[in-house]
Amino acid sequence: MPKPETIRGWGFVAPALIWTLAFFVVPFGIMAAMSFATLDGRELVWGFSLENYTRLFGQSYLLRAIVVSLEITLTVTIVSIVLAYPLAWIIVYRVPARWQRLALLLAILPFWTSYVVRSYAWLLVLSREGVINQTLMGLGVISEPLTLASTRFATVTGFVHFFVMLLTLTIYANLVQLPANYRRAAVDLGASSWQAFRHVVLPLTMPGIATGAFLTFVLCIGDYITPQILGGNNELTGPQIIMVQLGRGANFPLAAAMSIVLMALVTLAYLAASRWLRLDRL
Amino acid sequence: MTAPISLSGISHDFGDFRALDDIDLEIEAGEYIVLLGPSGCGKTTLLSVLGGFVTPSEGTVLIGGRDMTGVAPAKRPTTTMFQDYALFPHMSLRDNVGFGPRMAGASKAARNAKADELLDLVGLKEAAKKRPYALSGGQRQRVALARSLAVDPDVLLLDEPLGALDLSLRRAMQDELKQIQRKIGTTFVHVTHDQEEAMAIADRIVVMNGGRIEDCGPPDRVYRQPGSLFAAGFMGEMNRIPGTRKGPMIETAVGPLPAPDGTPTGALTLCLRPEQIGIGKGGWDMGQARITDAAFFGTHFRCHLAPEAAPDLALIAHLPPNARPEVGSVVTLTADPADLSIFEAKT
Amino acid sequence: MRRAIPWVYMALAYAFIFLPVVTLVLFSFQDGRLPVPPFNGPTLKWYADVLGDTRLMSALLNSLLVGAGSAALSCALGFLAAYGLARHVLPGTLFLRGLLIAPMTVSYLIIGLGLLIVFNNYGPGPSLWAAGVGHVVINLPLAFAIIYASMGAQQENAERAARDLGASEARVLALVTIPMLAPAILAAFFLCLTLSWDEFIIAFLMTRFDVTLPVEIWSLLRSGLSPRTNAIGSLVFLVSVALVIGLELFIFGRKRR
Repeated sequence: MPKPETIRGWGFVAPALIWTLAFFVVPFGIMAAMSFATLDGRELVWGFSLENYTRLFGQSYLLRAIVVSLEITLTVTIVSIVLAYPLAWIIVYRVPARWQRLALLLAILPFWTSYVVRSYAWLLVLSREGVINQTLMGLGVISEPLTLASTRFATVTGFVHFFVMLLTLTIYANLVQLPANYRRAAVDLGASSWQAFRHVVLPLTMPGIATGAFLTFVLCIGDYITPQILGGNNELTGPQIIMVQLGRGANFPLAAAMSIVLMALVTLAYLAASRWLRLDRL
Repeated sequence: MTAPISLSGISHDFGDFRALDDIDLEIEAGEYIVLLGPSGCGKTTLLSVLGGFVTPSEGTVLIGGRDMTGVAPAKRPTTTMFQDYALFPHMSLRDNVGFGPRMAGASKAARNAKADELLDLVGLKEAAKKRPYALSGGQRQRVALARSLAVDPDVLLLDEPLGALDLSLRRAMQDELKQIQRKIGTTFVHVTHDQEEAMAIADRIVVMNGGRIEDCGPPDRVYRQPGSLFAAGFMGEMNRIPGTRKGPMIETAVGPLPAPDGTPTGALTLCLRPEQIGIGKGGWDMGQARITDAAFFGTHFRCHLAPEAAPDLALIAHLPPNARPEVGSVVTLTADPADLSIFEAKT
Repeated sequence: MRRAIPWVYMALAYAFIFLPVVTLVLFSFQDGRLPVPPFNGPTLKWYADVLGDTRLMSALLNSLLVGAGSAALSCALGFLAAYGLARHVLPGTLFLRGLLIAPMTVSYLIIGLGLLIVFNNYGPGPSLWAAGVGHVVINLPLAFAIIYASMGAQQENAERAARDLGASEARVLALVTIPMLAPAILAAFFLCLTLSWDEFIIAFLMTRFDVTLPVEIWSLLRSGLSPRTNAIGSLVFLVSVALVIGLELFIFGRKRR
């Protein structure tokens, strides 16, 4: 018989737990089961078949979508880290203390544009008649508009824009709580600025990098909007395949299988980053 | 390795605030110097000036005879032991201690050997593979010491090194710090606000207040014959007896005494430590006083006394522990005039 | 020269970050049919157009309702779970925490797909309510994590003191725990609200006739570039920024004082 104290504790946890089980774990389980089901005409046939998975890895346009998703996600994650780290560093170590919060707030302000609208806004910038092409032609740098929209470049740019802000935030949060004396001690012991960064500051900010990078990976690999608006339909990503199957294709089992594959990729990313992850201390 | 330090005319301003005001100080090679004072007195700023973290507004810093005033911390023969120790949490103790040699380009074998040697010096050889979070406060302090010494500094700067430790551990670490300093002979400059720590550990104490040096000398001299009224009060409990110089005599509420040579004229403050007041006859007769309270401290009774001649002048005396003083009884007080420190009264 | 490098980098980074937003807002005032250069001079007609559009406005209202409702429920469930786990010794605490946070590591699309399958086959089908359910799933982990992280020993001692002075468990919660955690709970609420009212994919999958604003904007995009879309986008941005600034001033401003 558990103690009344324990029973009361369960009482507090129960609502959230039941919600998570009912609307997350169970649907996920059903979806996982459905990924092994097949379609007979329009009828769903439950069972254990690997047909969907063999299709995913067998049919070249499906396999291609998985590869494209992975390539885009990795590119975005790496580029975002490389761009965000110096920005976070400058805000912490170069911007005077009283302006730091403002600088950070400004750096993440466009975060709050509507998700759909943000990709649309990049379309305004990148399209044939858009800001960049008009500016370059006005300056006489080019005579014909460049094809910037409906390319992978546009998708990556849209993603990087969003995730640079996210990573600046997580890396800033990590840098700013690092005691200044770590750096001073390293310099005092003879380290150059670069050595102090390389051996002390960088290793100690790995949690911030890993947390931001993992979130980037999760959000990027599962996103439908950005590739749909900015990438056009020249090359499809995993989520775009899923949406096609939910709509015209009406093949839920295939969509479920694609979801499971994307989930597996996220799990791999989690394992790669888990050493440094601090998800419960965002 | 060790080196002398010479500070001349050091001043430093933080905006409108004058943190250091015309500091001159000579430190010999191998000396253990303690900078003592209340918070905000400038002692930590002075340490930062020595370590190279602050470039003074005026004045020069010579270390080992070379001008170091504007030289970066990394290029100085000094290392600083930070108050929070700043041990790198992602490195083992061996890697922490070996960090300095590594930055100087030492091979892995060489820096590990150096780290092990120094960890042995501070008694932590067995823990070389542990991480800092697995250590107690006293152990962290030792690792920080070892790490600072691993670059063979001429001068070690210690910023409140014992501040984070509890009292009994602090006393034990004082002895250890002093022992290690004797063994390696490096010049130590140690900042603290604890006068007992300063007396226990220093070759010379530098008492600071308001960005200036109030007094500087060996602990016993600074304690018994303080150089200023501030130093007198900061070094420990002190009886302050107001007096006035009249001709060859000083008149006080507890009786007159002959004025020593060089006594200023006008209103004076006479300072006397509680243990410098005794009972009986001889020396300076301070007249009769009533014991209003007495508490036992093991080595002495700490007594509150109200002189008959001036009941408002509450004196404190340490009386011998072998006879319990009766509260309410009257005793005759005496003191050796040579023990008195005489200053102009603050207006 | 070398001293200028950080500032140049910072300026370029801010230019990159603000380029699409400035373009969006600027061309929402475009006096013409296309929101691209050249800028033909300011007009407010697109805003008038958007504010007079009943479909957009009802979508906006739907978004706010779903956002506020799901944020409130997320915070309530998140708070109770955080309190239960932080103040009681339960078997498998680590596992429970992991389970509650798990939805954070799953793409919204996949969460939405799972819910869609369940609601289509075993439930009442798509609706605003279904979208709200989905938003609680994605926001609960955040609310839980934020509130759990702010439950320190300080509150625990205050709770013990209150219990010691005779307060019942319910009164301890109402008079000590919740007031002390109010900044964290409010922060979680506003974060959930901004995430939910802007969320697209789950809302897109889970709603049919009554839709939320992002879904409505999505259908506007089919008609190509239009200053009208710029206007509604700018309005959404304005509301979100107002929420964030309110949060900053109210909660973090008060904490600092």
